[in-house]
Amino acid sequence: MSVKELEKTATLEHATDGHHHGDGILGEQFETMEQQNTSYLIGMWAFIVQEVLFFGAIFAAYAIYRFKYVMEFTLAHHELSVPIGTLNTFVLLFSSYTMARAVRAAMQNRHKRQAFYLFLTFIFAGVFMVNKYFEYSAKFEHHLFPGGDYDAHSVVHHAQEKGELRVVEENGREFYELGKTRDGQFTAFTKVTPEEFEQRTRLFFGFYFVMTGLHGLHVLIGMIIIGVLIGRAWIDHLKNKPIADFMPVEMTGLYWHLVDIVWIFLFPLLYLIGR
Amino acid sequence: MATATYTGTEKPNYLNWKTSVASWLLTYDHKRIAILYLVSISVFFLMGGLAAALIRMELATPRGDLLTSDIYNKMFTTHGVIMIFLFLIPSIPAVFGNFLLPLMIGARDVAFPRLNLLSWYFFMAGALMVLIALFRGGIDTGWTFYTPYSSSFAKGEVSLAIVGVFLAGFASIFTGINFLVTIHKMRAPGMTWFRLPLFVWAMYATSLIQVLGTPVVAITLLLVAVERTFRIGIFDPNLGGDPILYQHLFWFYSHPAVYIMILPAMGVISEVISAFSKRRVFGYHFVAFSSLAIAIIGFLVWGHHMFSTGQSMYAGIVFSFLTWIVAIPSAIKTFNWMATIWKGRVHWDTPMLYALGFMGLFVIGGLTGLHLAAMATNVHLTDTYFIVAHFHYVMVGGAIMGYLAALHFWWPKMTGRMYPEGWGKLAAMLVFVGFNLTFFPQFILGYMGMPRRYHSYPEEWAVLNVLSTAGSSVLGLGYLLPVIYLTWSLKYGKVVTERNPWGARGLEWELVDPVPDPHNFERTPIVTRPAYDYGHPEEPTGFVPKPRPVVVGGKDG
Repeated sequence: MSVKELEKTATLEHATDGHHHGDGILGEQFETMEQQNTSYLIGMWAFIVQEVLFFGAIFAAYAIYRFKYVMEFTLAHHELSVPIGTLNTFVLLFSSYTMARAVRAAMQNRHKRQAFYLFLTFIFAGVFMVNKYFEYSAKFEHHLFPGGDYDAHSVVHHAQEKGELRVVEENGREFYELGKTRDGQFTAFTKVTPEEFEQRTRLFFGFYFVMTGLHGLHVLIGMIIIGVLIGRAWIDHLKNKPIADFMPVEMTGLYWHLVDIVWIFLFPLLYLIGR
Repeated sequence: MATATYTGTEKPNYLNWKTSVASWLLTYDHKRIAILYLVSISVFFLMGGLAAALIRMELATPRGDLLTSDIYNKMFTTHGVIMIFLFLIPSIPAVFGNFLLPLMIGARDVAFPRLNLLSWYFFMAGALMVLIALFRGGIDTGWTFYTPYSSSFAKGEVSLAIVGVFLAGFASIFTGINFLVTIHKMRAPGMTWFRLPLFVWAMYATSLIQVLGTPVVAITLLLVAVERTFRIGIFDPNLGGDPILYQHLFWFYSHPAVYIMILPAMGVISEVISAFSKRRVFGYHFVAFSSLAIAIIGFLVWGHHMFSTGQSMYAGIVFSFLTWIVAIPSAIKTFNWMATIWKGRVHWDTPMLYALGFMGLFVIGGLTGLHLAAMATNVHLTDTYFIVAHFHYVMVGGAIMGYLAALHFWWPKMTGRMYPEGWGKLAAMLVFVGFNLTFFPQFILGYMGMPRRYHSYPEEWAVLNVLSTAGSSVLGLGYLLPVIYLTWSLKYGKVVTERNPWGARGLEWELVDPVPDPHNFERTPIVTRPAYDYGHPEEPTGFVPKPRPVVVGGKDG
């Protein structure tokens, strides 16, 4: 490229873009809005890649143990509530839709509409967390939280009812046979001591709480950010601002879809796969 | 925010245009953040060095007399954790990357200045937690936090230290994201990818590793903390877990982390060697792509840390082969540096001495890595002093030599003062001699079978250990000297009046002022020449300045 052409690309929007300049939308380090916006986008995508690896490691660990302790994990799976999980899946999917609408509204500078859709997203996120609260409480009630009073009895009990676990005694010691009952006939796939069963189901619930807990933490952080954005959009609406920076909403949208997609993987892996 | 306190007559620069404490602690200026990092990691380096001194003093005699085995365990953990997580990982990226990247590519700042400051606060919060854990009784897990030591047996404040490392890890991720975007989007007009200084290429490769690797170790350490708190058997075999899984996840980050330490140093060496040989780096494209190659292949070699821990032999063969492949881009760099020096006009200033030292030590460190990458010899050498010597040749002989080269090379640009050249040369020689005296005997000790991490050893290894301890005192002196004379030079050093005291190429040397202005460039530079354009002595500037109409007042402006 010749110097002439380069001069053109170096045109400073500070000088030409009056109203942006006054609003402080364009960061001091940037030359043009286009440069700033794509920078934010690339940065957000890099952050999302980082998040994928963050969750990826724990998904990998989970996959290894599910493979290793497949029967124990399957029985522990059955303790999770599929109706609540399904409901939450739809809630999050809808929140992604409203978030997408909010991003669209922000791009069109329709502040009121944007605030409305952000508010809906916020409500859906809240519903998700409330459901999560009830789900967690039920686990605590049944002593399935892997803390001090963890107890696998309810897993054993339910498995026995379904004919997937049989208590046997050998040489005066108790064992659990794990398997399936078909046509009244019990076939054992594996035999474990009660301690092993306790440890391994505890491991499952450990993964359950860490994975959904980290995901829930992401939802909470998202709610805080969305809350701030609602306030900003509403102020923009009241001030009748002709143009506002849509990038915060765009980036939060990306983040929100990531949170959604993590759940899309968590839901089948934790709730559905054992059925 | 503080008001401007600058009252002098000369033009204000980024250091003195505001002087209040708040103007430093709340700054968004990449140059000031670099200084914040520099001061903090220097303190950590001295602390880690103190622990190393205690270790070497204990090993001066065969009997374990100075430190009990318990304290000894805590000392090498302290040394490792501080040096790796609080010094080496942030060293060149957070200090010189921050300071130089925007200057080198002709930008006013990094893409996300606030994220940059946040990264320093994350780092300091993490460091504080690690230090609290170390002072409240210490931890004795080794820097690797291997399970089940760290999950079931260690009594100290392991969880606190782990959370500290977790936070420091996110500081590193933020820096990586920031640099990736900065290099992609903030280059001045005409600064094409193949006009970038090789330091920028090295930082790009490093940032990739920081963004892709660090989250894995973060979640892994978090799981250890969860395991300790709730007794969930993720990694502890007694609770149904798998300790090898921990090692897989840990080394998935921690092997690439070695390249987080060495790649930026390699970038520095490319800059220094070309500046002091007055020649364009030979095979620019190869050196640039070898950085990327190291970063990518580096992600596929982690299993070589686990040849003797029950990993499948067939996996071991693949990991061993891939590890050898990394030697190729490393060798490309080394040969190209040699070819750069060849027929160059070599100037023997302190940074060049460190760069040459780097080349020698890195070759030894790298080639002994091949002994360890071969599965058969690895069985004999693993967990001996051979390993200790090998990684110190790479990390200390490589990364810290590069760090010191950078510190001396850019010191006039960062502070406006020149370090005393005579003392600088003396320190560089002491570091080189002391380093070899400390660590070369350890290769022999390891070959003879001396295991690492014990505070006592049989009599017959006494001579080599005494040599090593003697060398470490020389090395310690070599490190202490720069601390003293660089601090001294801040007040008494020769004031640098020219913007380019080395006659080097690169936008950071072509700024109008000796010490950069808070806004870096008065005018956005337009780059018309390749990097290291040493062929035109009569026109030192390689860029057409372009008028910059308005300086826009930002939050920090």
